Amino acid sequence: MDFSLTAEEADLAELCRNFADREIAPRAPAAWERAECPTDLLREMGELGLLGMLVPEGWGGIGMSTIGFVAALEQIGRADQSVAAALQAHVTIGSMPLLLFGTDEQRERWLRPLAEGRVLGAFGLTEPGAGSDTRGIATRAERRDGGWVVNGTKAFISNAGTDMSFGVTVLARTGTGDRGPRFGSFVIEKDTPGFTMGPKVRGIGWKGLDTRELYFDDVWVPDDHLLGDPDLGLGQFLRTLEVGRISIAALSLSLTQAVLDLSLAYAAERRQFGRPISDFQAIQFKLADMATELEAARWLTYRAAWLRDTGQPFLKEAAMAKLKASRLAAAAASEAVQIHGGVGYMLDSPVARFYCDSKVLEIGEGTNEIQHVVIARALGC
Amino acid sequence: MNIVVCVKQIPDPADPGALDPESKTLKRDGKLILDESDSYGVEMALQLVGDSGEVTLVSMAPNGEVSGLRTALAMGAAKAVLVSDDALKGSDALTTAKVLAAAIGKAGEYDLVLAATESSDGYTGVVPEQIAAVLGLPSVTFAKAVSVDGGTVKVDRQTEAGYDEVTCPLPAVVSVTAGVVEPRYPSFKGIMAAKSKPVDQLALADLGIEAANAGWAGAGQEIVEVAAAAQREAGEIIEDDGEAHAKIVDFLSNLKVI
Repeated sequence: MDFSLTAEEADLAELCRNFADREIAPRAPAAWERAECPTDLLREMGELGLLGMLVPEGWGGIGMSTIGFVAALEQIGRADQSVAAALQAHVTIGSMPLLLFGTDEQRERWLRPLAEGRVLGAFGLTEPGAGSDTRGIATRAERRDGGWVVNGTKAFISNAGTDMSFGVTVLARTGTGDRGPRFGSFVIEKDTPGFTMGPKVRGIGWKGLDTRELYFDDVWVPDDHLLGDPDLGLGQFLRTLEVGRISIAALSLSLTQAVLDLSLAYAAERRQFGRPISDFQAIQFKLADMATELEAARWLTYRAAWLRDTGQPFLKEAAMAKLKASRLAAAAASEAVQIHGGVGYMLDSPVARFYCDSKVLEIGEGTNEIQHVVIARALGC
Repeated sequence: MNIVVCVKQIPDPADPGALDPESKTLKRDGKLILDESDSYGVEMALQLVGDSGEVTLVSMAPNGEVSGLRTALAMGAAKAVLVSDDALKGSDALTTAKVLAAAIGKAGEYDLVLAATESSDGYTGVVPEQIAAVLGLPSVTFAKAVSVDGGTVKVDRQTEAGYDEVTCPLPAVVSVTAGVVEPRYPSFKGIMAAKSKPVDQLALADLGIEAANAGWAGAGQEIVEVAAAAQREAGEIIEDDGEAHAKIVDFLSNLKVI
């Protein structure tokens, strides 16, 4: 077994570490405070090639491996979870449907600007009435006048409402066939008549991530806005987004590493009863547990990434990585606040920001309950 | 327009540095990085040449070290000339200038030589002017803005009171201050491309410089002793008994700052 990064992967991780330490860490907290997506940072990351990580060079990306993507997110997420969340949503669900199902014309038109980092990508799946139950989506697309008319509402959609956003790829029902409902996904650019959105919603964390409701009211798009085969099975389509689970696992690793580092530093500095609190086993055991669990989650995640890179099935492993790492992140963030005591409870402290950012990791990209279902099914249940 | 940029590769300031007790100079045998103060010259050069010229790096470093050069190549420089020779160990500023001037002669046609005002490890702050003297070129120092107009370079030269506007015929040697431009981060594609950009590695013999005139042997200076800087003494604490403001005013006027 070889757990080392290739030279390219290590170069990318170092680039991300430098940029995260020098640009994201100092600038992102203000964006979090203002609850605005820091698109200035995302544009700069685009120029560095980071927004095209999983897209081949031929389409404007850098053709990075999934392992390199995980290593990069580990670095970005240590500095700021909102920026890392926006980046991963862009790279995975925002770009993958175009890469995997787009025609060359569609890739040239929409994927290349995404991969080159000139615009920000979004994908619309969740609806007010359909989250885990993806088959229950009510947004409909009907054929009309040589194109499609889309009607419906999408909820909790990231990256669609910023000044860098180009629009959104949305999943809609296209009809009903012999084997149940059929689905298709459509590229809908901003400023398309009938496409509007609500205000940025306020979450417990990820305050720098732009998340909104999107409304489609008789939105007509021509035929060339449909991605792939309209009769493609939903399951087959969603499987292409499974890398999103690996990327949420990577975000979880980065959050856990961040709170572990903060806790180690604070425990060494904070003195009570005449000595640093890191002298007390009560604190040491928390830190040792956090570090041990982080290693376990890290290698689950990297193995899922490796399976994807080597063309092997990774459904179960990605679900396991996402489940384990996101649970750990939430638990570790809570312990980290505990170690910091009153200081950690204050919203101005970095550890409190990570605490707020941790809960969503158990919810987004498939709730942890859905990850359990996926794993149980893979076990033959 | 082609520009040569002198860059120094230095020990990472983030790591604890160490002095070699024998040579009484900074240990430079590990991985070296691009001196941040040189990144401004590299960026300035890249902006000045745009798409109509090349930026060539010139550096002197032990053990054929190229890590720092690769960073500047990743930013966009086209190629590099590196002088590395055991006989250079202990070289003083003037020898360094002579070596870099000879290396600049191997860098092809150029219109302008840029350098940082001073390195972040040695701080002699004289090498750019010495290079100009060796090459017989005009020298402009402390540039906080640089532009080229035909055969002349226009420089805003930082002074204590403000800045001077200096015009100088090309070719010339200009030293830039930190902040002359904002250095770019190398992109991932830049980092990949830098791996295959040419680095011409030269020894002293390639430059026609005798080993006897370089390193310790050729140095016009000798480091007699290196000692740790004195610990900073504790400051004076003035308890406010109602007269603290007067004592502070006295303290500041003794320093002649008010």
